[in-house]
Amino acid sequence: MLPLRVMAAVDEDARIKRIASTIRVIPNFPKPGIMFQDITTLLLDPTAFRDTVDMFVERYRDKRISVVAGVEARGFIFGPPIALAIGAKFVPLRKPKKLPGEVISEEYTLEYGTDTMEMHVGAVQSNDRALVIDDLIATGGTLCAAINLIERVGAEVVECGCVIELTDLKGREKLGNRPLFVLVKGT
Amino acid sequence: MLATWATSLQSLSLPHSRLSPVPSSPSSQLDSLNLTTHRRSFPGVSTRLMTSSDEKHRIERIASSIRVIPNFPKPGIMFQDITTLLLDPNAFGDTVELFVERYRDQRISVVAGVEARGFIFGPPIALAIGAKFVPLRKPKKLPGEVISEEYSLEYGTDKIEMHVGAVQPNDRAIVIDDLIATGGTLCAAVKLLERVGAVVVECACVIELPELNGREKLGGIPLFVLINRA
Repeated sequence: MLPLRVMAAVDEDARIKRIASTIRVIPNFPKPGIMFQDITTLLLDPTAFRDTVDMFVERYRDKRISVVAGVEARGFIFGPPIALAIGAKFVPLRKPKKLPGEVISEEYTLEYGTDTMEMHVGAVQSNDRALVIDDLIATGGTLCAAINLIERVGAEVVECGCVIELTDLKGREKLGNRPLFVLVKGT
Repeated sequence: MLATWATSLQSLSLPHSRLSPVPSSPSSQLDSLNLTTHRRSFPGVSTRLMTSSDEKHRIERIASSIRVIPNFPKPGIMFQDITTLLLDPNAFGDTVELFVERYRDQRISVVAGVEARGFIFGPPIALAIGAKFVPLRKPKKLPGEVISEEYSLEYGTDKIEMHVGAVQPNDRAIVIDDLIATGGTLCAAVKLLERVGAVVVECACVIELPELNGREKLGGIPLFVLINRA
């Protein structure tokens, strides 16, 4: 009988292998040269999708997280099940002009030009402990904007959680000293 | 506008729908009991056997958590804002649970969610009932090969897309969105699923705006909602 610690690691490894194997790569999307990591095929495997959520829930359930912020749109798929499981509020972070109430906005740089991310005023309080969830971290620009929105209202970003990290794009560095947790690393 | 929970209770019954009759309805058996047993069938949602007064209270709480924003996105529109529902973990959990209770024994193999607010409600339901989650998206968002369905807007048209291969013939599907207004988007979603040979068992929304007659636009496809808002 294997010691408990070793068994846990093996189980986690099997789950991650399954999750990684369900992610489809689409070459040259949205433009030539980009190998797009498509998580929609993960969502077609109920066990892999369940395992993905479970791995985040296991990590965060005892960390007194009060807010799960999800970045539009794929962060809306992973964030809510995590929020429900750990009893946290879910806060959608959206492209401009989508949220109907009063918002605060954060601009961030794209390869060419800028974009803006918005959050509802009043959704996050200064004593909230927050996670930011997205399907993937590339350059880290989007996650940085999300972190800024949450910190501007005085809350603490405990960690960012993504299914996939594209390590070559060094998004982790862009987050500074804020922790980043990912399930699968890709190039 | 106050939610008309009496009407929404009517929505909870199962008339002429494609759902198979569920034997021995828990709510009828347990009406006189005050059960508080919780079963956790999946993370975060306790599948408490609900009494009908439970259901009323849950729907009232859900309805009261939805904020109305006047004149958004344009003058005259009273926008039903579900983001405030998402800030109440109990109300959000109850919302998901009400759908899960309805569909868990219906052999649903696909939950299709309409971008973007359908992405918030669909996945927790899919996870709880063991179904695939299929995102239906605005044009050019899905990276793989897609099929598209065009639909009318007040001025002009729009399109939604679904990945080829996501849904198989004979999949039993439900379509989820936060709200049904004119029904144009949901209609397009239903068509995408039917074009690949799936059976759309039902469309399900948190809110219906009944004055806009979306229900009729769905033709023979049943619609289930929790709340009606004028």
